[in-house]
Amino acid sequence: MSTNDTYYVPHKAVWPFIGTAGLMMMLAGFANYLNGSAIGPTMMIFGLSLFILMLTGWFALQASESESGMYNHSVGISYRMGMMWFIFSEVMFFAAFFGALWYTRNLSVPWLGGIGDGPARATKDLLWPAFEAAWPTNGPAEVGGEFEPMGAFGLPLLNTLILLTSGVTVTWAHHGLLAKKRDQLIKGLIATVALGFLFVGLQAFEYYEAYHEMGLTLGSGIYGSTFFMLTGFHGFHVCVGAIMLSVILFRSWKGHFTPENHFGFEGVAWYWHFVDVVWLGLFIFVYLL
Amino acid sequence: MSAVIAEHDEHHDHGPAKGILRWITTTNHKDIGTMYLVFSLIMFFVGGSMALIIRAELFEPGMQFVEPQFFNSMTTMHALVMVFGAVMPAFVGLANWMIPLMIGAPDMALPRMNNMSFWMLVAGILLMASTLFMEGGGPAAGWTFYPPLVLQTGKALPFAIFAVHLLGISSIMGAINIIATIFNMRAPGMDMMKMPLFVWTWLITAFLLIAVMPVFAGAVTMLLTDRFFDTSFFDAAGGGDPVLYQHIFWFFGHPEVYIMILPTFGVASTIIPVFARKPLFGYTSMVWATGFIAFLSFIVWAHHMFTVGMPIAGELYFMYATMLIAIPTGVKIFNWTATMWKGAMTFETPMLFSIAFVVLFTLGGFTGLMMAVAPSDLQYHDTYFIVAHFHYTLVPASVFILMAAGYFWLPKWTGNMYNERIGRLHFWLSAISINILFFPQHFLGLAGMPRRIPDYAVQFADWNMISSIGAFIYGFSQLLFVYIVIDTIRGGTGKATDEVWEDASKHGLEWTLPSPTPYHTFTTPPAKIPTEHL
Ligand code: HEM
Ligand SMILES: [Cu+2]
Repeated sequence: MSTNDTYYVPHKAVWPFIGTAGLMMMLAGFANYLNGSAIGPTMMIFGLSLFILMLTGWFALQASESESGMYNHSVGISYRMGMMWFIFSEVMFFAAFFGALWYTRNLSVPWLGGIGDGPARATKDLLWPAFEAAWPTNGPAEVGGEFEPMGAFGLPLLNTLILLTSGVTVTWAHHGLLAKKRDQLIKGLIATVALGFLFVGLQAFEYYEAYHEMGLTLGSGIYGSTFFMLTGFHGFHVCVGAIMLSVILFRSWKGHFTPENHFGFEGVAWYWHFVDVVWLGLFIFVYLL
Repeated sequence: MSAVIAEHDEHHDHGPAKGILRWITTTNHKDIGTMYLVFSLIMFFVGGSMALIIRAELFEPGMQFVEPQFFNSMTTMHALVMVFGAVMPAFVGLANWMIPLMIGAPDMALPRMNNMSFWMLVAGILLMASTLFMEGGGPAAGWTFYPPLVLQTGKALPFAIFAVHLLGISSIMGAINIIATIFNMRAPGMDMMKMPLFVWTWLITAFLLIAVMPVFAGAVTMLLTDRFFDTSFFDAAGGGDPVLYQHIFWFFGHPEVYIMILPTFGVASTIIPVFARKPLFGYTSMVWATGFIAFLSFIVWAHHMFTVGMPIAGELYFMYATMLIAIPTGVKIFNWTATMWKGAMTFETPMLFSIAFVVLFTLGGFTGLMMAVAPSDLQYHDTYFIVAHFHYTLVPASVFILMAAGYFWLPKWTGNMYNERIGRLHFWLSAISINILFFPQHFLGLAGMPRRIPDYAVQFADWNMISSIGAFIYGFSQLLFVYIVIDTIRGGTGKATDEVWEDASKHGLEWTLPSPTPYHTFTTPPAKIPTEHL
């Protein structure tokens, strides 16, 4: 049997266990912190260190195995499927939050305002007869005080352009990889990483303005909740994506990847496009409409 | 995307590592499957003990043994442990053991991730269990975690939420692995429409898992931020809505119940033909029915919310959509019956459990149909009727089939035959006591006894006492299973043949392998694919 026909079955691995221990420690630490226990932050830092150790160790192992040619075509297919379905699970995670936004905007807030025959009507009649449905809103009790909603034009539009451009640059880098133009690959990746971090920086600036100038916080009722949770989780994903792209940039610079074998690159590029698409959804449903 | 041929990498040794490290570092699908199965059996007894605490308290009216708060945390933890610790992991364990053997693959597609999904499961359950020892006790608002009640949980809340996250990560990784294995690792000739039904049902279950576990993670994340970070998702004062939580939860929750039942269907469809000595009736319709059930599971969730207050159009839509599920489910029950029709049947323990499954699951399905009728559900909702309903679909269905699977494949796994006499004793004790346990709960529910209460009005006393007696008989007779498993591992009643069951090798690839299965199997793909199950 030729080597090309063998499926690589690794026989021992300690990283999964270490990673699990790290994640569990991190979450237990966070829970302790939320409960006001002093040990929380220490546990979190310890857990995070273990987790980062796992990421470094495991990915270094994968990269070196890949470079030594242990992964054939079928192994690559398994990895691609893994990445695809992982991204699908992320889509569903965001779907829960988009769903919450849709439900409150179109159903429960109008019901609270006396429109339609939904269950929240009774809440209005009994508790807040004066409430008028509108969006954005911080609810009938005006939780969190007065706030100014986030506009779409300005920073968010700029950020949209930045992310869309980064989608182009990563594809340009991919073409470079396929055409064996390493220079184009590296330049494309540098541009993508830079645009990614620029996006995160601008987003941080937007948050700063929201909190300090517009009175818009996580506590600003359902508008603040959906705004910050959706954009916040997205921003976190952009950070992760940009870090992964940096690793890919580093590997490309070290000479990894061939036109036939570059799952690492592809997986991260898919992830980046996914982050991009989620942003388009955010831009339309959170900022524009 | 089909055939894969495999050989082991020479740079690695072939046997398992020594001692405890074997289990911590293993990437072997059989080792991981065994860990899943043993873990879930332990959790079955942990969750079962909690159920017996509940049933002991309910043996008589009045407060006997436990505080109401603790009682409520027992119902909550019992359910979480049974669902996420016992039934789901047991099926993942079977998937790990059997899918590679059934499709002729050398291992799962992503063996390292496989190891991680198991340990994430352990981590999640540890975090969940630790809440029992915290200030304020374990979570006690029911396994559904409805706000605003759940937000009053003490120190346990963030731990329970993060436990759900870990369990979700574990399930998603397991599901991704199963999908990649089935699509990518089938032996040459193992076409999709030749796969054993267990493989098919798991493929579809894996899609359900990936689609809904993240939604549950999102829902509990919103609980976390509502409690600790001032958000108002489920608070009407800020423009949110507690009913929103119920929608998100049940968008996960309904597919979740199919996650526990579809692999059950798969195992039953694998066992029944072997002991009926006939091909499975209607293979193709079984595959389509499974897919149709999975599809429907996404569009019926609010049948859990008929009493919460929904626009009337919603009530009607969810009522009719739910009733549709009876069609594909009926197809399946018909097919199992038709498979047995005029078969040369024998009644070994796995077959006994499978037949009981067909009968008792049908009963649980019928009560489900009753509750799908929105206007009459106003009467049944939140009573013991629903408790009886879902336990009929979970215990004499999922758990019985898990036991059947244990008896069916133990000889293959261990190379020894189990003790058939004790096996049958285990079956009869279980089958009789489960009905003593759960059948009277239908009457209690119809008479209006609410679920999740530590005390009740005296008119409910008799049936509660009978139910509790059934619970204790059922609980203790499960110890027989533990005895049989240990006894079989140690030699049982003698060596099993490779085929184990008469002509089984016509039904599935696993029976063409030696018993016990070697540590590595199908390092070269099988020459011939059995097709008797078609
Ligand atoms: C083995 C025998 C079992 C017994 C004796 C048993 C008993 C009980 C009892 C007494 C309750 C509390 C009902 C109430 O007060 O509302 C309960 C609730 C529940 N059980 Fe079981 N159970 C068993 C197995 C299982 C299994 C295998 C599963 C799942 C796979 C399961 C899932 C549940 C769920 C979801 C609830 C609802 C909890 C809630 O109200 O939040 N049970 N069970
Ligand atoms: Cu349901």
